[in-house]
Order: sequence, then structure tokens, then C-alpha cells
Amino acid sequence: MIHSNSELVTAFSAKLLNMDRLGAEEIINNSQKNNTPLQIVEGLVVPALEEIGKGWEEGTVALAQVYMGSRICEELVDLFLPPSSSERSSQPRMAIVLLDDYHALGKMIVYATLRASGYELQDYGRLTAKELVQRVCDDSIEVVLISTLMLRSALQVKDVKTWLLAAGSQTKIIVGGAPFRFDPQLWKEVGADEMGATAGEAVTAVENSMGVVA
Amino acid sequence: MTMSSMQRVLTTLGHKEPDRVPFFLLLSMHGARELGLSIKDYFSKSEHVVEGQLRMLNKYRHDCLYPFFYTPLEVEAFGGEVLFYEDGPPNSGTPIIKKKSDILSLTVPAVTETACLVKVFETIHALKEKVGDETPIIGVVVSPFSLPVMQMGLSAYIELLYEDPGLFNKLMAVNQQFCVAWANAQLQAGATAICYFNPMASPTMIAREMYLKTGFQVDTQTLSQIQGPTAFHLASGNALPILGDLAAMGTAAVGVSCLEDISALKEGCRNKLTIIGNLNGVEMRRWTPSQAEKNVRDLIAAAADGGGFILSDNHGEIPWQVGEETLQAISNAVHKWGNYSQE
Repeated sequence: MIHSNSELVTAFSAKLLNMDRLGAEEIINNSQKNNTPLQIVEGLVVPALEEIGKGWEEGTVALAQVYMGSRICEELVDLFLPPSSSERSSQPRMAIVLLDDYHALGKMIVYATLRASGYELQDYGRLTAKELVQRVCDDSIEVVLISTLMLRSALQVKDVKTWLLAAGSQTKIIVGGAPFRFDPQLWKEVGADEMGATAGEAVTAVENSMGVVA
Repeated sequence: MTMSSMQRVLTTLGHKEPDRVPFFLLLSMHGARELGLSIKDYFSKSEHVVEGQLRMLNKYRHDCLYPFFYTPLEVEAFGGEVLFYEDGPPNSGTPIIKKKSDILSLTVPAVTETACLVKVFETIHALKEKVGDETPIIGVVVSPFSLPVMQMGLSAYIELLYEDPGLFNKLMAVNQQFCVAWANAQLQAGATAICYFNPMASPTMIAREMYLKTGFQVDTQTLSQIQGPTAFHLASGNALPILGDLAAMGTAAVGVSCLEDISALKEGCRNKLTIIGNLNGVEMRRWTPSQAEKNVRDLIAAAADGGGFILSDNHGEIPWQVGEETLQAISNAVHKWGNYSQE
């Protein structure tokens, strides 16, 4: 079993940080002999991405490495846990969006990390606050992840929250992005339910929300 | 003796203590509020920016003029789209490099014949006519190494950086030629110094080892061709691991993040680089006047000794949402607590 094999996780993280896709794939292929796809995701991929995210938070890993690592993981996991697999978690019903902003990298990292962690979710791309509320209501989304870089965009989460409540929606809002990292009180001020400072924290926030929306 | 802003800034850049701590309120959009214009209208004419900058200099009694329009200006010069908002800085729209091969046909805009850039030269020239050598005029360029974030999008640029060194080098050659011409034309128009924005150089964005192999070479070559003093601004990115690298490039100052320890930054920069920073611009919108005063006082206590320090925000542009009362409180606090002779 792959569980608690910290050496393997560290070795896998190192391959990701060095953009060594072939090396990362080799570790996963070797792990497949004794593990189910979900065991690989939970015991290897998610801990490695969490380790990388923690490194970014601590200043020892760069955003470019986080991005490339999450992309490699998403591609590798798709090979043994395809989007149509019944083992993927499509609960809660989730969507991710870039809110009235043109800085897409954070959203791409979180989307890739969630998919590499075995979740399926809708990618709404870039929407305004009004468009987002409409889509969330139409699709009966239970958890929406909102990414922003500009402060003006982050402040619009307040409108999203207000309009969702007015529409009778109980959708949970998870926010992330630079404004929320630089102002740790901002996520509460705009009415978000949780904040993820890293992609790993976004995964944890989704896990937390599952207990709430279940 | 009371120094002029120019004397004050030059003294601190020489790592000596001037009469008081110099401070730069890096205000761009707020000039529109001063003139009662939309942000888009404000930046449509150089006369507006000249008037806005002079009013803010008079109102806040800080130590520079900042004829910076908006970050996507340089992409506009390459033919790109600029998106204006009522309550925030303009963004660049659809990338001008849609596929990697577009890099091969990219040409360098003629800076003195490009309308959006000419507005900046006119602004700098008019400001210089007004203030002469009393107040530093800070020109702005984006490093060739960071410009692709707007030219092609960050994710595509990261992939290029790691996967296609040949095309990366071609893009750098075009951007470097543009950056040098753009910076030197601003100096020619009357700018005192150039603020060289380069968030991609920060270890927050790429690993130092990768930077040394790529952007460091580009930045070293570019800075050596800019015919005036420069400040290297990381636009909220971390700086500590690369302070020695920045000093080696010959830049005079570094814009630092509020997420790093200011005391460690001070020690790393002492007698090598002047610190520009590092008030938290995002939190600033919620500060009361007393919080503003405390934050300014704490920052001065931590970073001002021995000179080599210009108090400013951490990003290089104060958000639109920061109100006049807070800006006035910051100014008052610097004038109250920043007098070196008090210590």
C-alpha cells in the first residue's frame, strides 16, 4: 500500500518541481502494481500537491512550479482515472470561475489540482457576478470556487453572495487569489464561506464543504 | 535644513540619512478622482495626468511624480487591447501572441511614433517644466522578462519559458529592444529615474535557479543599456532570495513585498540597495487614520535607519479603493515620525 510512504511522496514532488513528467509517470506506473487508482490519488498525488502548495506558501516553491506540477498531475491522473470513471467524485456539484478578471493562472491551478485529486467540476471560465449567479442557480451548483487577482474583482464576491441569497441559493463560496492572501480578513468581509490560500487549501475547503452540503 | 524632494531621495539612495524619510505615494488612477473624470477619460490626455499628478503632489506632500498610466500601455503599443474599468486599473485583453509562432512575426514598435507612448513623453516633459530638479519624476517600464505575461498570458508564458528556449530568446530580443528604447525616451523627456517592473523575477513566480538561467541575463543586459538610474520593482513578489542578484545588476533600489520581514530585507539591502516599500496596499483600504499612522511609524522604525529607504506601498500602485483620508493620514504620519533629527 502506498499510504504513509512519505519518501515516495517526496520523490514524486521532486519530479514535479523539476518538470520531470516522465519521472513522475514512472513513479505512478510503479505504484499501480499494488494500488487502486484512488489509493494513488489519495496517497501520492494529493499529498505531493499539498507539499508543493505548502512550499509556495512558505516561499520555497515558485508559482510556475506549482502550475506545471498541477498540470502534469492532472494529465497523469486522467490516464488511469479518466473523466468518465465512476471512481471520480462528482459530489458536491462544483464549478470554478474567474470573476470579472483576466488573470487566469490561479483558476487553472486549482482546477487542475481538484481534477488531479479525483474531483470533477465545471469550469465556467470568466464571468461577471450577474452571469455567475445565473449559472450557479441554473446548474444547481452546491460549491462555487471563485478566483480573482484584482481587488475590484475580489470585492464583487459580495454581490455574488447577496444575489445568491436573494435567489434562495445556499451555494457555498470558496475564494482564492492575491487579494485574499494580502488581506486575510477580506474573505469574511465579502461573505465567502471559506478561503484557500493555496490549491491544496482549496481542496481541503471543498472537503470541508462536503460535510456542510451533504 | 529642509531638503528638496530630489535632495532627500538622492541622499537616501546614497545610503545616508536625509532630513526626513522620503515617501512615494505611487498613485496613478487617483488623479482621475481629483479631476472628476472616469479612469478611461483621465488617461486619454496627457494634460489630465499632468494636472492630476501636480494636485496630488501638493495635497499629499510626498516626494515624487509618477507619470505612470497603466500596465497594459506597453501591450497597447504592440497593438494589443486595453480594457478600462470604473473602479480599478485597466487590464490587457486578448493576448497579442495567440500561438507561439506569432512570436516570429512580432516587431518592435517605434516608441516615439506610437500614440499611447507619446502621451507619456508629453506628460513627463510637462511635469519636468513645472518642477525642474526639485522633485524626482519616476518613469515606468515593464521588464522584457515580465511583458510576455500580458503579451501571451501567464500560463502560456510559463510553458514557453520551460519548453521552448529558442522562441523565448526571440521574444526577449524583441522586448529588450523595445524596453531600452522606451526607458531611454522617458529619460530623454525628463524622467529622473526608471522604475523597472519585473514580478516574474521574483522567487514567488519562478525558482531562482530558473531565473538565473533566463531572466537574469535579460535583465542584466537591459538595465546596462538604460541610460539613467533604475529601481527594480517586484510588484508584491518576494525579494529576499535574490537581493544579491539584484544588487549585482547595478540597480539602485528594490520594491519589496509586505509578506516578507522588513528587518530581514533591511539587513539584506543595507548599503547595497535602497528599499522601496512596503505598506500593504490591499489592506490599506480598511485602515483608519490611527492604523495608518501606526503602520507608517512601525515601518519607519524598522527600515529607515542609515538611509537606503523610501517609504511606499508594496505593489507600485495604490488601489483605487484607498481613500483620501487614509492617504492623508499616511502623509501626516511620515511628516510626523519620519524626521531623522528626532531620533
